[in-house]
Amino acid sequence: MMPEWVDGRTIMFAMLAGLAGATAIGVVAFGNAVRSALCLVLNFFTLALLYFTLDAEMLGVTQVIVYTGAIMVLFLFVIMLLNLGSPAALEEKPDYIKKALGFIFGGALFGVVASQVVLPFVETRQAFAPERYGAPQGMGKALFTTYVWPFEMASILLVIGIVGSILLAKRKV
Amino acid sequence: MDWLKDVGPWLTDHKAAAALIRVLIFVVPILILVPGLIWWERRLLSWMQDRIGPNRVATITLKNGKKIRLFGLLQTLADGLKLVFKEDITPTAVDRLIYFMAPALALFPAFAIGATLPWGPQTGTYALLTPVADVEIGVLYVMAISSLGVYGIVLAGYASNNKYSLMGGLRSSAQLISYELAMGMSLASVVLATGSLKMTEMVKFQEGPLWGVVPFMQNWFILTPFGFIAAVIFAICVVAETNRTPFDLPEAENELIAGYHTEYSSMKFAVFFMGEYAAMFVFSGVFATVFLGGYNILPFTGLYALSTAPLVAPMVFLGKCAFGITVFIWMRATLPRLRYDQLMSLGWRTLLPLAVANFIGVGIWVLGSNKDGQVNPMAGMAAWFVAFAIFFGLYVAIKNVGKERLGTALDKRTIDLVSGDPAEAILFAVEPKELVEA
Amino acid sequence: METGVPLGGYLAVGLMMFIVGVIGVVIRRNPIVIFMCIELMLNAVNLTLLAFAKYGPVNQGADPTQTAMAGQMMVIFVMAVAAAEVAVGLGIIMAIYRLRHNIDVDEMSVLRG
Repeated sequence: MMPEWVDGRTIMFAMLAGLAGATAIGVVAFGNAVRSALCLVLNFFTLALLYFTLDAEMLGVTQVIVYTGAIMVLFLFVIMLLNLGSPAALEEKPDYIKKALGFIFGGALFGVVASQVVLPFVETRQAFAPERYGAPQGMGKALFTTYVWPFEMASILLVIGIVGSILLAKRKV
Repeated sequence: MDWLKDVGPWLTDHKAAAALIRVLIFVVPILILVPGLIWWERRLLSWMQDRIGPNRVATITLKNGKKIRLFGLLQTLADGLKLVFKEDITPTAVDRLIYFMAPALALFPAFAIGATLPWGPQTGTYALLTPVADVEIGVLYVMAISSLGVYGIVLAGYASNNKYSLMGGLRSSAQLISYELAMGMSLASVVLATGSLKMTEMVKFQEGPLWGVVPFMQNWFILTPFGFIAAVIFAICVVAETNRTPFDLPEAENELIAGYHTEYSSMKFAVFFMGEYAAMFVFSGVFATVFLGGYNILPFTGLYALSTAPLVAPMVFLGKCAFGITVFIWMRATLPRLRYDQLMSLGWRTLLPLAVANFIGVGIWVLGSNKDGQVNPMAGMAAWFVAFAIFFGLYVAIKNVGKERLGTALDKRTIDLVSGDPAEAILFAVEPKELVEA
Repeated sequence: METGVPLGGYLAVGLMMFIVGVIGVVIRRNPIVIFMCIELMLNAVNLTLLAFAKYGPVNQGADPTQTAMAGQMMVIFVMAVAAAEVAVGLGIIMAIYRLRHNIDVDEMSVLRG
């Protein structure tokens, strides 16, 4: 007999969470940069679906547009450009000291955060947010009233980003 | 039509079955119509190019020796059979996993885009059958899924391990990212006018009186000034997104020997082909929904009752899709392929500023006309024209600022075939090396 | 017992992704993959923020709508920062590659061209 907390939502969540975890490991584990990028695309898409399970539909769709649709295409573009130049540019040599250190410190960080932040919330199942809090109308209102200054700052940041990347990409300034 | 009345309650009770039926009702007709589309493209192109085209398959010979020709309708079926039975060659040097994944990735978004399109009014049985999902984020969903379309092409180009394929993939990714911006802005201006991201709301808005004042006509967005500009921008961007001529640089036959699908044969090639046609179909559907009033026959209020009669709405919607596809084919027969720099210049320096100016103009129109339900569309319209004139003037001024420094190559978007100097066009063409590093 | 996914589940996924990202940044030498690991970490944090936006306990007297909105706004700004960061970062990688024809991070030990 299955425990009573197993229902459609938890099964869905378990599948998505498993996929997210597996693809996250894939990003680091694959030696081939294109495979890593593909894993990351899948990971971001899964994250968008996880956002949908959290009722944040607007952000879920923004995640797909911004990350899978724009950022990851840029990554693939650059990886393929570098591959075209010389295939050897992207190969790596193994470094065991680094690997050991990475796993030790990663594991330590995992232990600290898991015990201090995740464990207290394992039994929290009550949603405090109102129904449909992720609808585009409400978010738009908040973005242009309460959060209008951060929003403007973000737009300035993006303009600076555009100008910076154009300067970097130009051969002669 | 008595059975229709029984269908309604049954669908309301069985939600999962209703969802499955909605999906099938949308996808199966596209799958069936794609071969017809390919036949239509070949016949129409032949007609435009003064040829006959495929007219032999589907000829029935009667007993008395008379032949009935069905215009070669089954040509695509024969082609499909040929492709299925052809040897499926996998080159040795390909990246196998990605090579097999790419065609599937190319096909998926083409079908998924249509999930929010309503092909019938939101009343009675229609409301239960369409759209597949009437989500709050309809237009954003279209943008999100269409942005996934690039992966199939880019990965096919990478996995093939072929220089030309890789070039095709690179071109495709740059092209899609560039044109997505203008597409998003043109859709955003329509969203701003409607005040909703829902596709069904958009169609409903277009059923209102034209410009808010003409009572006997419907307010199709293509008939409004901002909507017309948005429609033109959107149409151009759709051609670029589906990699059709004149934007078919990723698969340019005579430069890249078919680009990203050079190394694909047999059914895998057919899947790419099908994805392209399905994308054409669904994008025509998006265009019809957003700008052409969805399932309404003609922009006259008196015809609304006819549009909502049983089985008329889907037919009208299909007809609008067919019209869109015909325009696609027409463009292919008419326009030569763009040069790479012309493509980028058109996307970034013309369409995007135009779409942004249009967007700001719509904002002013909405402010001027729709204030707290007090509609004054004429003031809004006047404000729109003034605003657009100012922004368009600014755009022209900005465009001309750096003209001397940039040189004429970027601005020369047409090659004068008769009187101009063809050598000039070749001189200013970007070298292949720059294409790679750009 | 209540049903539904607990907040801990989402936090665990976020933590797992974050740790994988941290390990990736340390052990990989390809700057593009390191970049991808940073994106992974940012997204892990985004997931956590959204999970807290929905399930996070609200302080006494605070408006739950405002609290939920704050989490979502943070996610939007993280996305904007990430987009700008990727544009500039990939530009830097391309510039370095053009200059040295090698993008191994261990080789980039001098702060001059």
